[in-house]
Amino acid sequence: MTELGLLVTQLFNGISLGSILLLAALGLALSFGLMNVINMAHGELLMMGGYVAYLAYRLPIGPWRLPAAMLAATAGTAAFGALLEMTIIRRLYGRPLDTLLATWGVSLVLQQGARSLFGPVGVGVTAPAWLDRSIPLRGIGLPGVGLPVVRLLIIGLAAAVLAALALLLARSRWGRLLRAVQDDRDMAEALGVNSRRVDLVIFTIGTAVAGLAGAALALIAPVTPTVGQSYIVYAFLVVIVGGLGSLTGTVLAALAVGLLSASLQLFATVSTADVLLLLVVMAFIQVRPRGLITRLSRALEEA
Amino acid sequence: MRRAELTAHAIALGLLVLAPWWLSPYDLSLLGRFLAMSILALGLTIVWGWSGLLSLGQGVFFGLGAYALAMNLKLAALAPGDLPDFMVWSGFSRLPWWWAPFRHPLVALAAVVLVPAAVAAAFGWLVFHRRVRGVYFALLTQALALAFSTFLVSQQAYTGGFSGLTNFGPLFGVQLADQKGQTALYGVTLVLLTASYALATWLSKSHFGRLLVAIRDGENRVRFLGYNAAPYKVAAFTLAAAFAGLAGALYVAQVGVISPDMVGVVPSIEMLIWVAVGGRESLAGAVLGCLLVNFGKDWVSSAMPSLWLFVMGGLFVLVVTVLPRGIGQLVSVRVPRRRPAEVAPAAQELAGQ
Repeated sequence: MTELGLLVTQLFNGISLGSILLLAALGLALSFGLMNVINMAHGELLMMGGYVAYLAYRLPIGPWRLPAAMLAATAGTAAFGALLEMTIIRRLYGRPLDTLLATWGVSLVLQQGARSLFGPVGVGVTAPAWLDRSIPLRGIGLPGVGLPVVRLLIIGLAAAVLAALALLLARSRWGRLLRAVQDDRDMAEALGVNSRRVDLVIFTIGTAVAGLAGAALALIAPVTPTVGQSYIVYAFLVVIVGGLGSLTGTVLAALAVGLLSASLQLFATVSTADVLLLLVVMAFIQVRPRGLITRLSRALEEA
Repeated sequence: MRRAELTAHAIALGLLVLAPWWLSPYDLSLLGRFLAMSILALGLTIVWGWSGLLSLGQGVFFGLGAYALAMNLKLAALAPGDLPDFMVWSGFSRLPWWWAPFRHPLVALAAVVLVPAAVAAAFGWLVFHRRVRGVYFALLTQALALAFSTFLVSQQAYTGGFSGLTNFGPLFGVQLADQKGQTALYGVTLVLLTASYALATWLSKSHFGRLLVAIRDGENRVRFLGYNAAPYKVAAFTLAAAFAGLAGALYVAQVGVISPDMVGVVPSIEMLIWVAVGGRESLAGAVLGCLLVNFGKDWVSSAMPSLWLFVMGGLFVLVVTVLPRGIGQLVSVRVPRRRPAEVAPAAQELAGQ
């Protein structure tokens, strides 16, 4: 493999990792930005999506297995997310650090639950043949380099989810309500917006995205009870770097973290790359403590 | 302190002092290590309960203190000139330069407190000086815990990697694993816990302690009164880290092993539940919560290992939603819940000065 080939491969890996991080971080960014809720169980919702996809994928329905698995993962996780919001998170508004602890508790229960149900060894969704190959780049002068179709699919999925969310926020009724609540919760309520219901909808959408991300992850790596743990810290770094302003910030941050992590791994081991990544994020918040894209506000007290 | 409180403290201290005579050696060794961890819990009360800084990275400082002492104990077990086994496996012929000073027990004992404090001061200054707070701070400390534990695992040649450090030699000529050594360690732990408790109690009544609470309840009001909040937060975070380092050293001396899985993301958050169960603002609650949760963990996991994570997860949810003031809430008179608008009594107090 040539130097250029290696570079292209790492670039692709970076974008691929970035799109996975984006899928994992979108739900976090939504619920944090709107409701000031830190959902530590978000990684476990990812895991849950993976397991639901694994179960649905075993149904004997031929070529429809893959879309069915993704749909089931999205819907199942969304239903659990709605339940979580109504039972626990709703009680803790205005206490972001407490939501962090309570949802951590939920994540422990989910992890151990998965371990009891499925065992500690990972289960996987074997991708169908048309997904399980690479597109060679020999034709454009890069021998030995190939782009795995599965990863292309995940990049496409992330882009589609992003487009759908952007459209939802910008054009739909719920999107308008959401932006109103985010701008000024009290004012929106005074104008008759049921902000509790907006919260519920947004939290559910966020968990649905997590479920879909989990199903996508199941295609490339085995689902284990602790799979959520390995993504959640990075997803939170993405949220910190991105800021609470907009989806744009989250997207840029996900790509930045993904590319940075992939390029650090060019010359350092994975764990050293982790440490370096944290150092870079620490240096970054020295320059922009509120993240890449911030909401303009004259308020002094912000969460 | 009121008379009833004084009496309660005296009785508790008396029971702990007499524990070697009324507890079995096994229970005593458990109590000893849980008391060591309570020193860390006191630090969490200062940094989380009073200052409102939720640190998800106390395991890092616990680990730094533990590894500092463990390095000395590891070297003490070897003949002069020999290297720890994991270094031999990695093909080292000389001790790395930064290991060498830990040969001296006094250097190692100083490092137990100074290294965590220095790391916390540096990290805290970088974060607080840019007024990063709340959730952002919590998540950054969690990333710190992740980076620290992966770093320990990856640098196997220097840190013993995944299995950590064990097989220790004597400290000041005392074999720590002996019955005698264990009893002595229990005594040292109890003395240091009492001293930390006294220091923290004094701080809670000092100007510094009241400022921390004021910053928690209304940072901007405190700033408008002319205080720069950052140095106070750095000081609180540093002090908590020093407590954690001390706890780590006492723990490793009693248990005889330290490894990365005792200092990573998960154990760091587990430490919070000790303080949350006891009531996050109360020093007595921190010690009591730490003992209760850890004895409970020992009991549950020896009866049914897979159950513990369910119990702990449930505890987190329950304590946060139903008992935000900890078990003290069960026995004391119900206080009306604070609303955000009426917090900041400490800030008002300062303003009135």
